[in-house]
Amino acid sequence: MNRPLLLKGGRVIDPSRDVDQVADLLVQDGKVAGIGQGLGAPEGAETRDVKGMIVAPGLVDIHVHFREPGNEDEETVATGARAAVTGGYTAVCAMPNTDPVTDNQAAVGFIVRQSVRAGLARVYPIGAVSVGQKGEKLAEFGEMVGAGAVAVSDDGKPVASSHLMRTALEYARTFEIPVADHCEEPTLFAGGVMHEGLVSSRLGLKGIPAAAEEIMVARDLLLAELTGGHVHLCHMSTRGSVELIRRAKERRVRVTAEVTPHHLTLTDHACEGYDTHAKMNPPLREAADVAALRQGLVDGVIDCIATDHAPHAYDEKDAAFDDAPFGIIGLETAFGVAYTELVEGGVLTLPELINRMSTAPARAFHLSGGGLRVGAVADVCVLDVSKPWTVDPAQFHSKSRNSPFGGRRVTGRVRMTLVAGRIVHDTP
Amino acid sequence: MMTLGKDLVGLEHLSPEQIRLILDTAEPFKEVSERPIKKVPALRGKTIVNLFFEASTRTRISFEFAEKRLSADTVNVAASGSSVSKGETLVDTARNLEAMRIDMVVIRHGSSGAAQFLGSRIRSNVINAGDGKHEHPTQALLDLLTIRDRHGRIEGLKVCLVGDILHSRVARSNIWGLTKLGAEVGVCGPRTLMPRGIEELGVRMFDRIEAAIEWADVLNVLRLQLERMEKGFIPSLREYYRVFGVTEERLAQSKRDITIMHPGPMNRGVEIDSRVADGPHSVILDQVTNGVAIRMAVLYLLAGGKPELADAAKRSGGAE
Repeated sequence: MNRPLLLKGGRVIDPSRDVDQVADLLVQDGKVAGIGQGLGAPEGAETRDVKGMIVAPGLVDIHVHFREPGNEDEETVATGARAAVTGGYTAVCAMPNTDPVTDNQAAVGFIVRQSVRAGLARVYPIGAVSVGQKGEKLAEFGEMVGAGAVAVSDDGKPVASSHLMRTALEYARTFEIPVADHCEEPTLFAGGVMHEGLVSSRLGLKGIPAAAEEIMVARDLLLAELTGGHVHLCHMSTRGSVELIRRAKERRVRVTAEVTPHHLTLTDHACEGYDTHAKMNPPLREAADVAALRQGLVDGVIDCIATDHAPHAYDEKDAAFDDAPFGIIGLETAFGVAYTELVEGGVLTLPELINRMSTAPARAFHLSGGGLRVGAVADVCVLDVSKPWTVDPAQFHSKSRNSPFGGRRVTGRVRMTLVAGRIVHDTP
Repeated sequence: MMTLGKDLVGLEHLSPEQIRLILDTAEPFKEVSERPIKKVPALRGKTIVNLFFEASTRTRISFEFAEKRLSADTVNVAASGSSVSKGETLVDTARNLEAMRIDMVVIRHGSSGAAQFLGSRIRSNVINAGDGKHEHPTQALLDLLTIRDRHGRIEGLKVCLVGDILHSRVARSNIWGLTKLGAEVGVCGPRTLMPRGIEELGVRMFDRIEAAIEWADVLNVLRLQLERMEKGFIPSLREYYRVFGVTEERLAQSKRDITIMHPGPMNRGVEIDSRVADGPHSVILDQVTNGVAIRMAVLYLLAGGKPELADAAKRSGGAE
C-alpha cells in the first residue's frame, strides 16, 4: 500500500458538493481520508505543500481514441493513459473505433486489461453500438457492460439508421448506459472536409453544413423522447445544436452533451493556409457557434468538456488538406486551453470549469470520481494556475503530435495527478 | 523592385500591382510566339518539372511551350505511370524532386491547397497550374490579359462568370483578379453550383442568364463537368442548356458589344452554343494564345527576371 499523502494548504474545489476552500487533503489507503484545516500527517505520511495551487477531483474525459488495437504506432492504451494523467485526467472513456472494432466482450476486456497493466488513468471502454460499427446489427451490450463497458457508441461514424438508433436507445435502458452518438447526416456530410461557409468557399474545400449535425441532433432527441433512453451527443459544434438541446432539456428529454476545447476556442479561420491540424470532424465552425457553445456550457445545456483526443501519425497529417485524416489530440492541452480561454476569459468560474471537466462528465457516464468527499476513491489532480507556459507538442507524452495549439501561451498546468491515491504524474 | 515572391499559388494574395506587373510583362513575350524562331534564352540552364497529377492537355502544353520558348529544360511527369500512382505521397514526391536540384515546379493537383503545400516544403519556385477547387491563377491572368486586349481596360468593366462556380478554380482566381483590378464581378448559374457566402466576396449573383447577359460586358462561360449531373447537382444537360446555355438568341438581347470567353475545353451545346463559341463575340482562341505569353511572364518573373528587361530578354540576356 502507498504511503499516506497529505496535500497541505491548497484551494480544494469539489463541485460535487459546492466546496471551494483552502484546506488540507489527506489521502490514505487509496481514499480521501480527510479534508480540513490543520490536518495532522499520520505516521509515515508524505507531506506536500500545495499552497497557491488547486486541489480538485481528477478530470474525466468521456471521449478519447487510443488506437489500440490496430494503430499502436499512433497511440496505445498505455501512452494514452500517460497523456491523460499528464493532463490531470484520472479517468477516460475510449471509443470503440479500433481495428478490430471493440464490439464484443473479449475486445472490451482487452481494453480493461491494458488499462490495468498501464496503471495510470482509468481507461473505461465504450462498446460499439453495432457489430463492426457497420450500422446494421446491434452489438451485445449486455456482455460488453459485463466486461466493463460504460457506454456504447459508433463514434467516428453516425448511427445512420434511425431504426437502429431507436433500438439501441431502447435496449441500452436495461443496462442503464448512454448511447453516445456522433451526429452527422451522411448524405449532407459526404466528402466534406471543413465547415461550409465563406472560408471553405475561398479555400475551395468541400464544406460540411451545420445542418448535417443538427438534423441528427434533432433526430436523436426525438428518439430519446420516444424511447426514454439516454442519448449522449458527442462533440457538439453548432449554435443550432445548442438550441435543439436546450429545448429538449426543457422537455426533460434524457440527453447529455459534450463539447471539445477546440470547438470552444477555434473557428474555421484556423483552416486558412490548409493547416491540417485544423481538420477535424465535426469541423471548426464560426465565431457565433463558439459563442453559443460557451453559453451552452454556462447554462448547463452542454454538460461537459471532452477532448475527442484523436491521435494521428505525423506523416498522415503532413498532406494536402483533402488527404489528411480528421482529428487532433487534446488530453495534455485541455485544461490549459480551457482555463485560459474560459476562466481567464470570464466565461466560467474555476469551480464551474472543474465541474464541466470532472464532476459532470463522471455523472453523465455514471463513473466513480468527479468528487472529493471523505471516503471517495482518491482520484485527484493538483492544478497550478499561477504561471503561463507554452504548449510544445514535442514534449507530449502522447505518441502523436497533432495539436493545433502548439506554440500557444496558456495558463493552467497540472502539477500532480493521483489515481486511487497513487501518484501517477508529478512535477515537483 | 516589385517581385512575385517565391511561388505563384493564387491571385488572392497578390496585390493589384503584382497582377499588373505580370500582365505588363506578358506584353513583350506575345511577340516571341509570332517569330519564325520562337525561342529566347531567358531561362537557359533552368530545370522545370511539369508535375500533373490530373489530366490536362491545354494547360500542360501551354506551360511547356512557354518553358521551351524561354529555353528552359523541362520534364513532364504525369500521375499515371509515375511513382505517384504507386502510392507515393505528395511530400515524398516533393522531396525527391528537390533532391534532383530542380529550379521550378509547375503543379496541377486534385486537392485544394496542394500547390501551397508543395511550395512550403521545397526551395524551388512553385507555380500552381490548378489545385482542386481552389485557384488556377495563370488561367485567370490570361483571361485578364484577353479582356484588357479587347476592351483596353479592366477597371469598371462588368464581367460575369457563368456556370459551376462551386467546383471551379478558374472562377475563384477570376473573382480575385477581376475585383483587385477594379472590375465588377457577377456570377450566374444554378444555386446548387454556387459556393456558400459568395456574395460576401463582393460578387453579384444572377439566377437567370438573361439578366446576366443584360448586365455584363464580358461573359466568361465555364465548362460544366459532366459528372455534376451524375452527382445530382443538375437534373440534365438538356435542361442546363435550356436554362443557362449561352445562345445566339440570348446574346441578341444584349445592348452591348459583349465579349464571350471560355477557359476550355468546351461542351458545345451544353454551356455554350457553337454559333456563339465560333462567332464574332468570341475571344476563346485569343485566350489560348495569351496563355503562352502569360506563362512565359510568370516563369520569367519567378526566376528573378527583371520586368523592365523582359523586352531585352527576348534578344539576349538571361533571367538573372
